[in-house]
Formats: sequence, structure tokens, C-alpha cells
Amino acid sequence: MSDDHTPANGKPTSAAHSWRRFWLVEEKYRQFWWQITLTKLLFSLIPLGLLVIVLYGHFSDAYTSKVLEALRTLATNRQGSLDLFLEERLAQLVTLANTNTLAQLSDEDYLNRVFNIVQSASRSYIDLGVIDENGNHLAYVGPYYSILKGVNYRQEPWFDAVLNSGVFVSDVFLGFRKVPHFIIAVLVREKNRSWILRATIDSNVLENIVQAAHIGKSGDAYLVNRDNLLQTKPRFGGNLLERPPGPDFSATVGLRVEEISRGQDPALFAAIQIRMKRWVLVIREDPREPLEPLLRARYLVVLLSLLGLGLIGIGSVYTTKKVLDRLILSDLEKAKSDEVLLHESKMAALGKLAAGVAHEINNPLAVISEEAGWMKDLLQEEDVAHSPHLQEFQESIKKIEYHANRVKKVTHRLLGFARRMEPTLEKVMINAVLEECVGFLENEARYRNITMEKKLADDLPTIASDPSQLQQVFLNILNNAIDAIGKDGTITLKTFHEPEGEKVVVQIADTGPGIPKDLLPKIFDPFFTTKEVGKGTGLGLSISHSIIEKLGGSMSVDSEPGHGTTFTIALPIK
Amino acid sequence: METFRILIVDDEDDFREAIMKRLRARKMEVAGANSGPQALEMLDEQEYDVVVLDVKMPGMDGIETLRAIKQKKPLVEVIMLTGHASVESGIQGMQLGAFDYVMKPVALDDLMDKLRQANERRQLQLEYGRQNR
Repeated sequence: MSDDHTPANGKPTSAAHSWRRFWLVEEKYRQFWWQITLTKLLFSLIPLGLLVIVLYGHFSDAYTSKVLEALRTLATNRQGSLDLFLEERLAQLVTLANTNTLAQLSDEDYLNRVFNIVQSASRSYIDLGVIDENGNHLAYVGPYYSILKGVNYRQEPWFDAVLNSGVFVSDVFLGFRKVPHFIIAVLVREKNRSWILRATIDSNVLENIVQAAHIGKSGDAYLVNRDNLLQTKPRFGGNLLERPPGPDFSATVGLRVEEISRGQDPALFAAIQIRMKRWVLVIREDPREPLEPLLRARYLVVLLSLLGLGLIGIGSVYTTKKVLDRLILSDLEKAKSDEVLLHESKMAALGKLAAGVAHEINNPLAVISEEAGWMKDLLQEEDVAHSPHLQEFQESIKKIEYHANRVKKVTHRLLGFARRMEPTLEKVMINAVLEECVGFLENEARYRNITMEKKLADDLPTIASDPSQLQQVFLNILNNAIDAIGKDGTITLKTFHEPEGEKVVVQIADTGPGIPKDLLPKIFDPFFTTKEVGKGTGLGLSISHSIIEKLGGSMSVDSEPGHGTTFTIALPIK
Repeated sequence: METFRILIVDDEDDFREAIMKRLRARKMEVAGANSGPQALEMLDEQEYDVVVLDVKMPGMDGIETLRAIKQKKPLVEVIMLTGHASVESGIQGMQLGAFDYVMKPVALDDLMDKLRQANERRQLQLEYGRQNR
């Protein structure tokens, strides 16, 4: 049990030594820490990641298809409106043409009356005209009477189309009046003659129906004809009868929905063909608007994932640290108890050895002292009393007896030391135990000029404790004190009775260099030593501490650098 | 003080003889035995007042001898002599009826004191026994 708590004189590197050793032990735990933490992170992050990806994928698919579906529905819906509008106009015109004769309709007054009736139902008509098979305007009602009355339509492309197919809806054109419009014309056969009833429709009406389809702030909707020329004016960019701002959908048959991105701006397009006419309704939508909730969801997912990541990270670091702390603690405790066991078995072996040696010396010693005693007895006999060397004989025998007595003290002390069998509770006189320990170290202290000052209380009660273990603790502390002082100093042993706590207190103070404040809390830790590697196990004080605790007492240390160190041990009386 | 008979039992011949010589020089009647069995034989042959018995002996050790002595002559006082750490065996001896124990090496004066005390007790007990007879 040779251990130190105070830095050896002028050896600042010794503290670094113990720290390096501590760090090497730490390295093992550090690796373990990484293993546990990484495993935990891996096994919690993989499921989290999969969950996020799969859920987001599903949500994204569902939401996108919902948005596309809405767009599709809107396109179909608008197409229906446009078709309905055109069908109605056509049906009205057909009805009008077939319920009136050419003669009646050629009368402009009559035509005017008819126009007013038609116009009252729908404001979409601009004018109405009756044209014979040669293209001559027979009758006209409308705002452009002066311009259109005398016009011959024979050269107009739609004129032939009407003659061929009987019914005709034109593309939007500017015509003679330079106003965007389109016409609907029906061919009527009356006996051997054919004539045409023609109506001009305000293309604004078309535009209104189409524009009702656009969605959101940046959405758009327009009509294109089969040559990809705009039939209605889009909200953004492009003029009537020019190419539309988006891609070419003029060849679309049926319904088409696609996402086409140009540069930074993604766009969703729905294109649907109008049934009544080879027009295509194009609806453009900025997917960012309807998909905004999806984007928000994406941010939310990312945010929550990061949060989860953070929490998992913190959690796994925290729990790993907890586990590791517990592990280190139990490792240290195990090492301590292992060392205590090893130490106890060493001490037991040492005790047996000491006892054997003492016994072997005691027997011849007993013979020596008895023989010396016998010689002393003989010297008192009459005949020897007159011997001239009587004085010398007496001196010699006295010396033999004196030194035999010295050896006896040593062997008896050894036997006392050897009496460390099972830890038992006996009646212990603390002062006597301390005296015995001091006796062991007196010589060592004398060589180093260290004074052992004893301030032992006389009224100390006997306590129930284990004298050999107490001796071990006191010896350890005294040894440390001697090492700490080095040369020239004082060790003060003080005992007193503390009646209110039913305790006996032992204080051992040295005049050594003291312990730095930052090392003070560590000195009872196992493996803490300020001695050089190989010189101290760092276990002495730790074992002492656990011995005292096992005996129901307490051990504390107080030190001021430069003034020395005081160990205080309080032991219960009962 | 009347003299009394002492039997020293120790396997260490030099020690036994030195003690015997010294006690004889003090006018005591002393006999020696170098083993337990021999001591028992001698006790059969003659009365002894006090036996000084070494604990550690080869063959029959002190404790066994003590048992045998106490069985044979319960009133013989025995002082145990231990050369060993065995305070325990000293105590065990006292539990078995030994008068006291001393540790080797022993100062002769101490031994003399203990011998006298042991003899006093024996005499008292003998007297008590006579009175009650």
C-alpha cells in the first residue's frame, strides 16, 4: 500500500502521466461510443428516411393527379360550354332559315324583326345577312349596313365551304370591318334555289367563355385553330390571329394534359379539341399555384425530417452517453473491487509469511533470552561473584537481554500485523492502533527528520471495528504523508470523541506541499495517482476510502497548497 | 509460600532446559516433557500443580494435549505458551480451561507471577474440593 495523493516534489509531468493513462483507457470507450451512436443513428434514420420518401412520394402522386384531374375536368367543362354555345347558335340559325322563306327574309324589315327577336335571347349576334347562291347580299341587318350591303361574297373562302357542306363555322377573322369576329352560315335549299343565312358572332363572347377557364393569377386560356393561330386573345402575350405564347397544340385530338417547363417557369397545359369546330382550347396553369400545398408539404417534410434527425441525433448521443457513463462507472467499480480482492489476498499471503518468519525467529529468540537469563541467575552465585570480570559479564548479559527484547518487539509487531484473517468486528482502541502504526514508521520518519506528533484523546471510547483494516488505512495515509513531506516536517495525529455523532474522529495532518484544488476531488478515484507510472497503483486511497465506508465511517480530505494536507476519518462507535 | 510442582512441556529442548534450570534456581520443583504424550505419561506417574504447555508442537499439539490433560486431571492448571501469532489459539486454550497464556519469548518474572497465580487457584480449588467431600 504505497500510494500518493500529493505531487512529488518538482515533478509536474507526473500528473500528465496519469492523464495520458486515463486517456488511453478513454480511447476504448470512445470507439465504443462511435459504434453505438452510429448503429443507433443508422437504424433509426433508415426507417425515417424510407418513411419520409415513401409517404412524400405517395402524397405527391396523389396530389399531382388530383391537380391534373381538376385541370382535365376544367378543360372538359369549358369545351362543353364552347360546344354548347356554338351548337345553340347554329341550331338557332338553322331553325330561323328553315321556318322562313327566302322571300320573307329578303325583306329587310322582316329580317330586322327576326334579328331583334334572336338578339333578345342572346347578345352574341352582331349582324344577320341573307346571301343568294351567287354571293350577292340580298338582305342585311346590322351595324355595318353601309359597308356590307353591296358586298359580294363569292370570292370569300367560307362561301364555297358553305355551299359544299351546308353548315359552316368560320375561324375568327377581321373581315371587311377589321373587327375580330367569326361567322356561322347555313345553306338552305328552297325548290331549285339555294340561299345562305349568315350570322356574325362577336368573338368577345368566345373570349369570355374561354377566359372563364383560366385558374389562378398566372393561369391562361385561349383557343387556337388548326393552323395554330390564336382565336381568342390570351391574357399574357400574343395577339389575335398570331401564334400563341405556348407550345403548338393545334393538332390535338381529344384531351391532352402535360407539364411543359420552359426555363425557370414550369407550366401545366391542358389542350382539348372543340367538337363543333377544329379549334383547340388550351389552358395553361402555373403548377406552382395549385401545387403550392404540395410544396409547403415538401418544406414541412424537410423541416420535420431535419427536426427528427436532430432529435434522433441528440437522443442517441444522450442515451449512448448515459450507457457509457454507467459502463465506465461499473468498469471502475469492478476494477476497484478486483484490486481490493487482489490486495486482500496479497495482504493475507504477506500476513502468513510474516507470521511464519516471526514464529521461526521467536523460538530461537526464546532460547537466547532464557539462556541469557540463566547466565544472569548464575552470576548471582557466590563463586562467580568474586570473578574479576563480573562487571563485564553483567554488562554483556544486560545487552543481550536488551537486544533480544528489541527483536521480540519486532516479531510481536509482525505478529500483530499478521493477525489479519477475516474482517471481523472487535473492540478496538483507536489510539493503540495508531500507536502501532506509528511504531512501524518511526524509523523511516526519523531518517527523514519527520516528527510524529500525537495528540490523542484520553477519553476515547473503544469502538467496534476491524483493527487490521484500520491499521492498513492509517499506514497508507501515514506513508503518503511521509512521501509528501519528503524531508523535514511534522505529521500530526489527533483523535477525539464526537459524542453527538457517536463517532471517534482521527485526523492525520502533514506539512507537505498540499494538493492542488483541481486534483482534490479526484484523489479517492481509483487509478488516480500523481506518482510516476509503476510507482503507485493509484489504488491506495481508493481502497482506504472503501474500507472506511465498509466499516460505516467516512473519510475526507482537506488541503491547502503550500500548507499541507489533512485527512479526517470518522468511525462509528457502535 | 510452599513449593509446587511444575511440568514444562515444549519440544524445543534448549528452551525447556533453560527455563527448568532457571526455575530450579528459584527453588521450584520442575520437570520437563518434550511432547504431549510424554507429558500425559508423567502426569499419570506423579501429581503436578501447574503445567506450562507450548501450543505448537509436532505430532500432538498443545490444544490436543490440553484437552487430554483436562480430561485426565481437571484440577491441574495449565498455562499456554504461544510462539505464534495464535492469540486465537491462546484464547481457544482458555476456553478449554487453560489458566492463561503467555507469548514467547517470555520474561521469566512474568511467567513466575502467572505460575504463582495458577497455583493459588489450584490450591483454592483443592481446598474447596476437600471441604465439600
